[in-house]
Amino acid sequence: MIELRYFAWLRERVGTGHEQVETQAATVAELIEELKARDEGYAFAFSDLKAIRAAVDQDLVDLDAPIAGAKEVAFFPPMTGG
Amino acid sequence: MPEIIVQSDPFDMGEMLNRFAARQANAGAVVSFSGIVRDVATGDLDAMEIEHYPGMTEKALAKIAGEAMTRWQLADAFILHRHGRMGQGETIMMVATASRHRADAFAAAEFLMDYLKSRAPFWKKEITGEGAAWVAARDEDEDALARWQQQ
Repeated sequence: MIELRYFAWLRERVGTGHEQVETQAATVAELIEELKARDEGYAFAFSDLKAIRAAVDQDLVDLDAPIAGAKEVAFFPPMTGG
Repeated sequence: MPEIIVQSDPFDMGEMLNRFAARQANAGAVVSFSGIVRDVATGDLDAMEIEHYPGMTEKALAKIAGEAMTRWQLADAFILHRHGRMGQGETIMMVATASRHRADAFAAAEFLMDYLKSRAPFWKKEITGEGAAWVAARDEDEDALARWQQQ
């Protein structure tokens, strides 16, 4: 099981801030494809990959990053701090 | 070790800067920047809400501050960033740097700002009479990061 976290408009579109999933995905991008196949809400949330950032175990990563052994994967839009 | 504070409570930027400066007996220069909630173009901002990623936020800020410490000759660095709801004119965040010479303190403060704008997990939402809207990331913020990566 892997813990998924969602933030900002991605959280609103998915409809939850976190959930646990079983996944066969080897990378963040493959995990996104699994999620998009679930239903229209996920497909809409992840429709524009250029607007998606990801973190694996709280480290920012590229979408082709592996998720083997990860406890937590987070998805969110580009950050707007400062 | 740079001090990192993530909190929802308001803070007094003068008090925080004095506290930071009081620790810098060997630094000749202290630079600080503060970000303040500004109104929207339509002039009807009710509040700003900032969401963050507890755990990752602290890690990301510590990493950014640590990198500034290695890139410049800094005596110390400080980052405070709020989350939650705040009104127009309230202070959102501040950074401070201390160095023997001002050039390093200025450059490092700018670096910290450029990095935490688009690499620290905060998301701003503006609440107006029209409703609520997430603030879009700006291309200029990514461009600002690129100049540090070229060096």
